[in-house]
Amino acid sequence: MKITEKLLIVNKLGLHLRAAAELVKVANKFKSQTTIHHGIQNVNAKSLMGLMTLAAAKGTELEFECDGADAKEAMAALKELFEHRFGEKE
Amino acid sequence: MSDKIFYGVAASGGIEIGPAYLYHAQGLTASRRLLKPEEVKTELARYQEALAKTRAQIVELEGRAKEKLGEEHASIFGAHQILLDDPLFTEEVPQVISKEHMNAEFVLHEALEKFKTIMASLNDEYFRERGGDIRDVGNRVLRNLMGKGEKEQLKNLDREVILVANDLTPSDTVTLSTETIKAFCTDVGGKTSHVAIVARSLGLPAVVGMQNATVNIQDGDLLIVDGNKGLVLVNPQSHIIEQYRRLKDNYTAFQKSLEAFKTLPAVTPDGHRVTLAANIEIPQELDEMNRHGAEGIGLYRTEFLYMNREESPTEEEQFQAYKELAMKTGVNPAIIRTLDLGGDKFLSHLNESNEQNPFLGLRAIRLCLKRPDIFKVQLRAILRAAAHGPIKIMFPMISTLSEVMEAKAILQECADELKKEGQVFRAGVEVGVMIEIPSAAVIADILIQEVDFFSIGTNDLIQYSMAADRGNESVAYLYDPLNPAILRLIQMTVDAAHKAGKWVGMCGEMAGDPQFVPLLLGMGLDEFSASVSVIPEIKKIIRMMPYETAKKIAQAATKLKTSDEVFDVIRDNVPPELKTLLF
Repeated sequence: MKITEKLLIVNKLGLHLRAAAELVKVANKFKSQTTIHHGIQNVNAKSLMGLMTLAAAKGTELEFECDGADAKEAMAALKELFEHRFGEKE
Repeated sequence: MSDKIFYGVAASGGIEIGPAYLYHAQGLTASRRLLKPEEVKTELARYQEALAKTRAQIVELEGRAKEKLGEEHASIFGAHQILLDDPLFTEEVPQVISKEHMNAEFVLHEALEKFKTIMASLNDEYFRERGGDIRDVGNRVLRNLMGKGEKEQLKNLDREVILVANDLTPSDTVTLSTETIKAFCTDVGGKTSHVAIVARSLGLPAVVGMQNATVNIQDGDLLIVDGNKGLVLVNPQSHIIEQYRRLKDNYTAFQKSLEAFKTLPAVTPDGHRVTLAANIEIPQELDEMNRHGAEGIGLYRTEFLYMNREESPTEEEQFQAYKELAMKTGVNPAIIRTLDLGGDKFLSHLNESNEQNPFLGLRAIRLCLKRPDIFKVQLRAILRAAAHGPIKIMFPMISTLSEVMEAKAILQECADELKKEGQVFRAGVEVGVMIEIPSAAVIADILIQEVDFFSIGTNDLIQYSMAADRGNESVAYLYDPLNPAILRLIQMTVDAAHKAGKWVGMCGEMAGDPQFVPLLLGMGLDEFSASVSVIPEIKKIIRMMPYETAKKIAQAATKLKTSDEVFDVIRDNVPPELKTLLF
C-alpha cells in the first residue's frame, strides 16, 4: 500500500537536528519505506543525514510517501508527530 | 615583530594572552583497494566492528559532556548516535563493499564527501553547520577503521595555549582540556554556532568567524584574544601586551565581583540613578542578560527573525518571539526596534532594487513605510505581545517628522484592526525613535513632541555626520565619537528630550565603551544600553563616578575644539581609582 500526504512544519526551529532525530525514530517503528519529496529532493525519512539536507525551516511543507503493509499506521504516526511539533514547546 | 589586528565575531567575552596553537583537524584520506572475493566477508565484519567501537566512544563522550558542559550540551551526542544509525552507515556502505569489492575506508570516505558537498551548499546557517556533526561522526568511524584511534590532540597539551582552528567539532570541544586551552579563534562560525555556545558555557574568550585565522596566524605566534570586542592581535608590541595584561586583570577581577554587582542599581556615589539595559541580537542572549544584571532591554533587534529565509516571518511567529521576550524580561521594559534592514544587511525576499548606495537608500523605516504589508505584520505582533509585559516600540532611521507621523498612523491602524477583531493586545504602547541621522538630532525638539523617548544610535550617527565609513581604513580616523560635532548632536538630543520632560537613552557602541561613560553620564543620558558582556563594567564605572564631576566634565567638553582636548578633560577629571581602571 502506498499513501501520500503533505505535512507542514509548525515548530519554531523547523526540522532541526533534534526534531529530525524524533522523525527518524518514528519512521523506524514501521516496516514501510517512507520517502520525503521536497522540490527536486527525495529523501529517506529513516536517514537523519538525508533529513538535514532538506534544511527545512518552519513553514515548509513536505510531501511524505509511505510504502508498505503498515503505511497507513506509519502516516498516522508521522502526522501526529508533526502536529505535536516533534514534542517541542513552540 | 609586526602587530596585526584581525576581526571576527565576539562570540564569548574575556581577554586572553598566549601562544597560538594551530589545530588541524586530522584530514583523513582513504586510498582505494580492490578486495579479493574471499576478503569481502572479513571486510564487512571489520566495518561492523568499527561502527560498534564508534558507538561506544560516542556514549562515553556523552557521559563526559554531561559532566563537563551539562545535560543540554550532551544531547548533541544523542543525535550523533542516531546519525550512526543512518542508512548511509548501516546499509549503503556495506552494500557498496559487497557489490564493488572495495575497502571500507574508501567507500565510507566517498559517501561522506558526497554529503559534505551537499551540506556546504545549503543556504541556512543552522543546517550548514550540521555538516560538522556529520563529519564528526563519519571521521570517527574512519579513524576506527584505520586503527588511528582517538588522538585527543587537544587533551594532552603541555602548556597553556590559544587554540586556532578552522572549526571545532562537538567531539573536539568535549575532549579539550580547559587546563591548557585558554581561548578559541576560528575561521568559521557565528554567535549561535557550536563553538560559540560551548565557549560561553566554559567561560573561555572566543572570536569566531575570522575567515582566515588559520592562514594569518602561525603556530607559536603571540596572540591577544579580546572576546569582548571580537578582535585578535598577532605578535603585538610589548606596550600593547602590557596594556592588555591590565585589561585582562581588570576583567578577571570584574568577573569575580560580577555577582555582587548583579543586584545593585546603576547609581552614582552621589545618588544619580540611570538605567542600564542590554542590547539583544539573538534570543539566546536573553538568558545571559539577567546573569549580568541588566535592567531590561534598550534595544531588541528583530532582524534575526527575517534572516536566512525565503519569506518574511508570520505574525504568529513574531508574536511568539516577542511574547517570550516579554516573559523573560519580567517587570523590566523591553524596547523592540522595528525592522532595520537594508544597507549592509540584505534580505533576498525584501531587496527590491539594486541600489548604488544602500547606506543612503531604502532601509529601515523607509523600507517599512513603503511596504506597510510587511510593517503591519510586525506591529500587530508587537502590540499583541505587549499585553504580556512592558514592551515599547522604537522606529529606526528616522530623518523627518513626517516619517514619525506616518509610522504612528500605521501603528494606530494596527491597533484599530486588532480591536475590531477582538484580539488581546495593549493599546497605548510607548513609542520612541532612534536618533541616528544628523537631521533627526537637529530637529529633536520637534520630534520629541510626537514620541515618548529617544534612543541615540551612535554608530550610524557618527558615520552619517562625518560622511565616513568606519569599515574603510583610509577614512576610519574620521569615525570619532568624541568629535565636538558629534558631542553637540548628542547634547542637543538630550536637552530636547529633557525640556519636554521625556527620557533619552543610547544604544550605540559608544554607550558600551567604558571610557565614554563619565562624559555621557554628565551629558544627562538617562539610559545606557550595551551588549550583555560589558554591562557589569559599565555599572561599576557608574557606581564610581560622582554625577557632579561628570556634569563638570560634560560642560567643559562641549566647549572644546578637538576630540583630543575632550579626551584629556575626561582623563584628568575622573576620580583617581577610575583613572587607573579606564586609562
